[in-house]
Amino acid sequence: MRTLAIVPAYNEALNIGRVIDELRAFDPSLEIVVISDGSSDRTAEVAAELGTHVLKLPFNIGIGGAVQTGFRYAWENGYELAVRCDGDGQHDPAELGKVLAPVLAGDVDICVGSRFAGGDGYRSSATRRVGIRLLAAVVSVISRQRVTDTTSGFQALNRRAIGLFAADYPHDYPEVEGMVMTMRHGLRLSEVPVAMREREFGSSSITALRSIYYMVKVLTALFVGLFRRPVGPLEDA
Amino acid sequence: MTLTVLASGTPLKVSLAATFASLLLVIVVFELIRSRRLQERYALLWLLTGTVLVVLSAWRGGLNTIAAWLGVRGYPPAVLFAVGLLFVILVLLHYSTVISRLSEQNLTLAQRVALLETRINERLPAPVSAQAGSDQQPAPATDEERAAPALR
Repeated sequence: MRTLAIVPAYNEALNIGRVIDELRAFDPSLEIVVISDGSSDRTAEVAAELGTHVLKLPFNIGIGGAVQTGFRYAWENGYELAVRCDGDGQHDPAELGKVLAPVLAGDVDICVGSRFAGGDGYRSSATRRVGIRLLAAVVSVISRQRVTDTTSGFQALNRRAIGLFAADYPHDYPEVEGMVMTMRHGLRLSEVPVAMREREFGSSSITALRSIYYMVKVLTALFVGLFRRPVGPLEDA
Repeated sequence: MTLTVLASGTPLKVSLAATFASLLLVIVVFELIRSRRLQERYALLWLLTGTVLVVLSAWRGGLNTIAAWLGVRGYPPAVLFAVGLLFVILVLLHYSTVISRLSEQNLTLAQRVALLETRINERLPAPVSAQAGSDQQPAPATDEERAAPALR
């Protein structure tokens, strides 16, 4: 199975090398594409020097657009499987086996690594936990399936799911909407518990102040999304 | 009642000034289209705005009647403000849809640039499912376009 690791990165020159090394340590046959989302540092160069595929966006288009570029790359180049692993080092490639297993077994189209499904002590602020719980509850209700971590970008996808996200993928904070989209299109999704790490360098793109804005935006998007007609995933010719 | 309305009708000066201003708007929009600085598709709403305002400004009897219908007893030219504001809102909303479409297309272009650049750099053979991909990718964009055809 040709498998592609999709690694979105924005100014992650300090973290990206380690992520790539760890992805290769997990599986040397894994192909890697790093999407540098308009980075102003050497993210793309570092990745290229390490011999990965590199997609260099001409300017910053945001995480959703960046990840979708990766899905389009996977789609156009015929990969059967894709894993998503953020370039900031918070996802541990050693855990990839867990998210890949259900997809490889053909049980689901997308498998999401959840920080909360296993009750592993992932630390975050109280407000953020409330937000995460709320989103999980809303998505669970909409999709009639219990989910615990709606913001996890640590995922494995089969070709069908790649086709869906290559055709249409939410922009700003895509994981929540992506989950609902997946299920509305009749794709099967499951979660597996994984451990995640704190970032080593730099800061996350979601600050405390932006959280409220984020919640309002995501909830609005989810609500409007309920009234949107599904677009079919891309199909192989 | 009728007397009150007549007594507080549109003053001639207001009518003249408003007519002049709305005519100016129509002329400016027309000139912008003529000199190709404004595309027709984005000018239609402006022309409509200008035309409606010209008619309401010049036709005092009409403005007074409409004001009476709407229950505006004191000062009929207030209807001009209301109509003007309504059109400004419509134009702004139209622009929001235009900006949304442009940013969507901009994003797709950025993605295509990155994908093509990488393909050139890696000198890859033609992608296995480029045909399927390029045939079907416009699907979501078309949906967006279907969502707001009325204002175009």
